[in-house]
Amino acid sequence: MQSIPIEHGLILAGILFSLGLIGVLTRRNVVFVLMSLEIMLNASGLAFIVAASRWGHAEGQIMFLMILTLAAAEVAVGLGLIIQMYRRFNTVDINVLSKMKG
Amino acid sequence: MIILFYIAAAIAVISTVCVILQSNIVHALIYLITSLLSVAVIFYVLGAPFAAMLEAIVYAGAIMVLFLFVIMMLNLGQHTRDQEKSWLTSKVWIAPSIMSGILLVQLLNVLSELDHDVELIRVGVLEVSALLFGPYVLAVELASILLLAGLVSAYHLAKK
Repeated sequence: MQSIPIEHGLILAGILFSLGLIGVLTRRNVVFVLMSLEIMLNASGLAFIVAASRWGHAEGQIMFLMILTLAAAEVAVGLGLIIQMYRRFNTVDINVLSKMKG
Repeated sequence: MIILFYIAAAIAVISTVCVILQSNIVHALIYLITSLLSVAVIFYVLGAPFAAMLEAIVYAGAIMVLFLFVIMMLNLGQHTRDQEKSWLTSKVWIAPSIMSGILLVQLLNVLSELDHDVELIRVGVLEVSALLFGPYVLAVELASILLLAGLVSAYHLAKK
């Protein structure tokens, strides 16, 4: 079996991470911001998996599992906050949050 | 195998670009699911079948369905789509794209110093689970507590 060069996997992780970063910085819809955060977390998980295959250790996959758990908990809390925000301000524009007091 | 990696990588990048350019939120979600599934294929090709399975089940399955439910609850209509189109002007894109591009170039610069042509080693389910329920059992317990905390706080936050 022909082997995949390790740097190509890491380059893919870097590209996906940058795309997620662009999404976080440009979008004003808070649901899109959360989705871009998911892309970034997924890219870091990909980097861990590539490293795990490079050295043949299972620890990289365990770190990916932790990232997966973190992403699930973060999305649950974030979506709860979005629902609450939509109820209060009736919009998903992230700029209205700057009007909050305190 | 190696051609599969490049095809899946191309699909992942293209569908991620579609996610951040899309104004319709449900279409963006479908593109995101496509991206996550292609990353799952990449995991399998890289020799991590357990991670690939989890990526497909947890990410593309559970988390994206959570998103879909919230979008359904918010009931965002044509108004939001038009608003989204008006926000996505080229003026907004330039500065973040340049900054992220510079970051990516720096990253590629660092990666070019890596050693080439190393054989990838397949890490199966057995090795991962032996570690997961051996030395890392405390981490698994802490992860379950984190998920429980997430569940409770999401319930509390979304309550009226």
